[in-house]
Amino acid sequence: MTFPLGYTGVVSGLVSGLIFGYALENAGFASACKLTAQLRFQDWAVFKVMFTAILVSATGLYLLQALGLMSASDIYIPTVFLWATLLGGVGVGAGMSIGGYCPGTSVVAFCSGRLDGLMFFLGLVLGTVVFAGAYDWLKPMLEALPGPQAQTLPQLLHLPTWAVLAILLLIAIAVGRMTRRASDAMPASPATAARGPMPQGS
Amino acid sequence: MTPQPRPLWNPYLAGLVLGLGLLLTFVLTGHGLGASGFTTALAASASKTLAPSATAANAYFGPMTASHNPLDSWITWEVIGLALGALASAVFAGRFRLSLDGPSRLPRARRLALALVGGAVSGFGARVSLGCTSGLGLSGSAVLATAGFLFLIGFFGAGVGIGLLMKRYWQ
Repeated sequence: MTFPLGYTGVVSGLVSGLIFGYALENAGFASACKLTAQLRFQDWAVFKVMFTAILVSATGLYLLQALGLMSASDIYIPTVFLWATLLGGVGVGAGMSIGGYCPGTSVVAFCSGRLDGLMFFLGLVLGTVVFAGAYDWLKPMLEALPGPQAQTLPQLLHLPTWAVLAILLLIAIAVGRMTRRASDAMPASPATAARGPMPQGS
Repeated sequence: MTPQPRPLWNPYLAGLVLGLGLLLTFVLTGHGLGASGFTTALAASASKTLAPSATAANAYFGPMTASHNPLDSWITWEVIGLALGALASAVFAGRFRLSLDGPSRLPRARRLALALVGGAVSGFGARVSLGCTSGLGLSGSAVLATAGFLFLIGFFGAGVGIGLLMKRYWQ
């Protein structure tokens, strides 16, 4: 049997989403305070969760491909459009520092009872409508400076995939050690437990 | 509902579960997780309901709404799963509570307004980059795509810059 299986129906969507939402909520990503504390360098949980997830998934994909169980050409790899990719990231980052969330975490926030998560979600729909209105005007910028189709870091850096994975692992370990004193390193401590999930009442 | 909510997971454990879930998604479908694809479909559908002719004439929404029903797309079901998974987790851990998060030093109305504005900026940005933190930042980086890491550079650059400027409004 070779992967991917090509299951793109309702059940695969629900199963993937359930794990996604369950993990994000348990990571504390329903809280705008917790998410934006990373941007103020007060809490490194967002970096640690994301970097660990990227490493686990990338290593798993590498092993499946090395064992011949998965065909690399069937895996979707996004292509760089220099301005669009970078400035879109700027927009999503600015949106998080202003409104507290990103698209996925706003759903998680609302589903844990946070009303600002719902407002952020409504804002997403509004922003998308504004984008559609400006689409013709934006189009030259959106398509400018495309990179090579589906380029990966190993291709960009001319390194084998295992070497890129090793570099990412070293970065994760280095940041983890440097920020070990940060409060999120002790998830069971009363201070962290109280700060993460508590509603920020006014 | 327990009065004392359960502690959050260790970030490395949460990352491991999220990474395995993402790997499973790639194994099942050939692509990763996402979120803004759903809000885009929702915005297009809402626009079609409220202003059908303007939507059909729009260069972005027009082709999207001509033949497409959001219930046919994988991302819609994934986001429904995301919502149910987050709800289940919050309820099981005693963390579900109607509340208002955000910059605690600002009054409620200002916090809600900032959430709306931030959401609009984020929704616009996610269409510019053809993906959000989930679709490009997480799933793109998980396939080691240059685009995923370039997105994350822009995301953290702007997030940290504006985040530090707004620091005084948070606790």
